[in-house]
Amino acid sequence: MEWIRRQRYLIDFILSSLLRRKGKNFGLLLVYTLVVFMLASVMLFTHALKREVGNVLQASPEIILQRTEAGRHALIPADYLEKIGRLRGVTGRKGRLWGYFYDATVKANYTLMVADERELADTEVIVGSAIARARGVGPGDYLTFRSHDGIAYSFMIRELLDSDTELFSADLVLMSERAFRVSQGVTGGGYTDIVLSVSNPRELSKIAEKLTQRLPDTRPILKQEILRTYDAIFSWRQGILFVLLAGAIMAFVIFAWDKASGLSAEEKREIGILKAIGWETGDVLQMKFWEGAILSVTAFFTGYLLAYLHVFYASASLFEPVLKGWAVLYPAFRLAPVVDGLQIATLFFFTVFPYVVATIIPIWQASVTDPDAVMR
Amino acid sequence: MRISLQDVHKVFNQGRPNAYPAIRGVTLTIEPNQVTCLKGASGSGKSTLLSMIGCLSRPTSGRIHLGERMLSSLPERFLTDIRRHTFGFIFQQFNLISGLTVLENVLLPAYPLAPDFKQLKKSANALLERFGLQHKAQSPVQWLSGGEAQRVAICRALINDPQILIADEPTANLDTRLSHAFMGQIRQLREIGKTVLITSHDPVVFESPVVDRVIELCDGQVVEG
Repeated sequence: MEWIRRQRYLIDFILSSLLRRKGKNFGLLLVYTLVVFMLASVMLFTHALKREVGNVLQASPEIILQRTEAGRHALIPADYLEKIGRLRGVTGRKGRLWGYFYDATVKANYTLMVADERELADTEVIVGSAIARARGVGPGDYLTFRSHDGIAYSFMIRELLDSDTELFSADLVLMSERAFRVSQGVTGGGYTDIVLSVSNPRELSKIAEKLTQRLPDTRPILKQEILRTYDAIFSWRQGILFVLLAGAIMAFVIFAWDKASGLSAEEKREIGILKAIGWETGDVLQMKFWEGAILSVTAFFTGYLLAYLHVFYASASLFEPVLKGWAVLYPAFRLAPVVDGLQIATLFFFTVFPYVVATIIPIWQASVTDPDAVMR
Repeated sequence: MRISLQDVHKVFNQGRPNAYPAIRGVTLTIEPNQVTCLKGASGSGKSTLLSMIGCLSRPTSGRIHLGERMLSSLPERFLTDIRRHTFGFIFQQFNLISGLTVLENVLLPAYPLAPDFKQLKKSANALLERFGLQHKAQSPVQWLSGGEAQRVAICRALINDPQILIADEPTANLDTRLSHAFMGQIRQLREIGKTVLITSHDPVVFESPVVDRVIELCDGQVVEG
């Protein structure tokens, strides 16, 4: 009880002390909060994005089979569906048709895809929200594409894709098979690739091995590999941002070190007074510990809270171009809030801990001076 | 509690070429409930002697007893403990912490002892009232006049209810009128049974009727008293 009361007295004193140097301490708090805000924004955004991609890809097929020609992706003939033969563990197989279309009007690339399950008429399309925004169109409007042979085809927009999936569907155009084949020149029954559904993930590698043996000119791509690639891309982008932020962090470290180690003559004198009126070295150290802790924990939580709001309620607008990629069609999506305990602990350790230590060490040197220094 | 010093020496920078003996073989006894003044010119060793008696520093050799307890051999932690409970200090420059209020400055020595806050505030307010500073409790100390700052320093020295009060050149920054007023406050302290030790070379202090005994120091030695 007495210990707690003493800590309360020390905190009370340190709060009064901090308010005495409002400008200096507020400046420090501001810079500190900003550093935590930037780091936490990048961490929260990357983490949430990875989680989002992971969730969306959960519904994607386990294996994608692509044919290659001279090492490059080529159309896969329809009879490959038969050539695959019976494979234990494969519960479904389907040819997919998709491709890209460059729209010179808005200087953006669209992804065209056939969606049989939508039962679209040959003159209808369903488009992603970003396309609708870029072209300023909506359901009922017409969208015109120039085909591979220069003929213009107009399609009526039946509906827009659900904005929940915008991370993936922003630039998507869904159309019927006939419309795709005619406009893109994919005649002759070939597919872009074949997707296979596998119920037991442990059989994936075996099935992939068999596919390579039976169809040597194809390459199977596993869902795990796609997930890994996305993970690597976002980690890489996070790394780039961290490198960019390193300068800011270093500046803060120098600022904090200067503040902490460069005890002013006034602060030294005050420590002398406190010792002379009966404070022990330990009391002074505890008091300074609280000073560092109050400043850094306040900065940490404020910075983290601001980062949370920035990422999950303002779509991380500051870091968007780096983390989402460079494109014309930005997906506008709201990430599901994800907070990871380990991530918070890591950030806390690298921001709060060094500051508290940097504050304590120089004070230690000052506080072991003889209390009679005040009398001399 | 009686304070007794036996052959006390204090050498600064001992063992170095710039070693300086500030106190040279002082032996004396200071009686309780009295006002004792250590008188002497600058550099005579008054403040050094006072800091050793007040447990702010230790003698190089010799013994200092506080009652039955020998102070000179105690480690810093114990000295701090004795200092907190037994001594109150009034410094030449007042040494108040600027930016804090009068009340906060008065409370400061009590923080490490962590007494009950209501009780502590009550004691502080009672002290401020006794020294006519009640209306200044919430004022920052840098706004105070010299005399008011001096009285705040006295209140701060008394907050832990110490038995002995140590004042180092307390009138050095006061004019004659305020110096007389200060001695009036010392009289009050003697009346409530405190032991007061003052260093001064101000005649207002050592010629004051409040002072029971004057000890004169010269070059680190007692020459009179």
